[in-house]
Amino acid sequence: MTELTAATDLTEPVAFPQDRTCPYHPPTGYDPLRAARPLTRVTLYDGRTAWLVTGHAAARALLADQRLSTDRTHPDFPVTTERFAAVRDRKIALLGENDPKHRTQRRMMIPGFTVKRATALRPGIQRIVDDLLDAMIAQGPTADLVPAFALPVPSMVICALLGVPYADHEFFEAQSRRLLRGPRAEDSQDARDQLDEYLGELIDRKQRDPGEGLLDDLVREQLNEGTLDRTELISFAVILLVAGHETTANMISLGTFTLLRHPERLAELRDDPGLLPDAVEELMRSLSIVDGLVRLATEDIELDGTTIRAGEGVLFSTAVINRDEAVYTAPDTLDWHRPNRHHVSFGFGIHQCLGQNLARAELEIALHSLFDRLPTLRLAVPAEEIPFKPGDTIQGMLELPVTW
Amino acid sequence: MHTEIHIDKDVCIGAGQCALAAPRVFTQDDDGYSTVLPGREDAGDDPMLREAARACPVGAITVS
Repeated sequence: MTELTAATDLTEPVAFPQDRTCPYHPPTGYDPLRAARPLTRVTLYDGRTAWLVTGHAAARALLADQRLSTDRTHPDFPVTTERFAAVRDRKIALLGENDPKHRTQRRMMIPGFTVKRATALRPGIQRIVDDLLDAMIAQGPTADLVPAFALPVPSMVICALLGVPYADHEFFEAQSRRLLRGPRAEDSQDARDQLDEYLGELIDRKQRDPGEGLLDDLVREQLNEGTLDRTELISFAVILLVAGHETTANMISLGTFTLLRHPERLAELRDDPGLLPDAVEELMRSLSIVDGLVRLATEDIELDGTTIRAGEGVLFSTAVINRDEAVYTAPDTLDWHRPNRHHVSFGFGIHQCLGQNLARAELEIALHSLFDRLPTLRLAVPAEEIPFKPGDTIQGMLELPVTW
Repeated sequence: MHTEIHIDKDVCIGAGQCALAAPRVFTQDDDGYSTVLPGREDAGDDPMLREAARACPVGAITVS
């Protein structure tokens, strides 16, 4: 009790976000937060303070609470880095909208992202994975798994799904990287401009010469019917393209690194591939690569005797929430057999990840095929030498030198 | 034991969590919305039924 009180009453709030110490564990700097459930105050980069939700039950309740807004164009909306402040006036479709507009947008998208649709895409994903592994093996041994495998798998899959030419991948991957990681605020601004321009031109081409992808469907069924305007469709395309490859690429690289650092768990998975869906879910829970969901309270909200005031920022550390001892026994341990559903790595509430079923299919196929084709896969350099991403963006490996 | 499954389609966001958690009870229709598989309306025997309701991110499923 004293420990809990001490942590909750910290006079100096903990800074959020912070860099991880080990790429597959929350930053050690968050240890005081883990003792301060379900919510506490944190300091953001600009000196502003906000609430940070750290408890699992509180997170599920608050992420489903529509008094919390995701409209980042609101002047009070909390931002976690200077470069996100620089692009806050640019609308983000889906994630940046509240209901009822969000509902209208989401409903246009869901038929393309059902469990059935993800299952139907599996043979195509398998072909992409097999071809990339063939190419990597032909050039090896030794490879940097990030550009050779982790990034191109989701990049090719989302291109095929949306109808974006993969030939342009170097361009849009570089702009996505600049949008999310800067480093300067101007990099993020310029990257958003370039992505808007590129996807705007692509949409214009599709209007003249329709193709097969989801963007072509949106042009035909929404843009041409007047239910979506061009600017809105561009912001759809940006979020689908960026979210569609950045997140899964990081899960593949960090998931592979984590498995290589846990040989017993990897051996268990090899002996029983039936564990794969549970292993993917456990990796999602444990790695929590999108560690920092952001909301703004639009009304006063009572939670466990605490009042979140209208106008206050509310952030969610998915890494801390997904390791809540009240829900997960020995939460820091990887365990394929634990009940690991109900993690919040895909979020919760109306904005829960649209592409989660596709992500699960990609992760299962990519991780299974990688270790199946390369049973002797191992790190090519000591683990401590491999750089990983800073805490203020999606978590993952910057490089992953491997050999076999 | 008789159970009744109710899905609020005005609330459903088509995340597919029900179909993933309890695939013998739930599926998604052509528009992506949750729906109970034909003949499974009285699926009280499925151990994953309540788990599926809890997995719904928007609380669209009630089991009574």
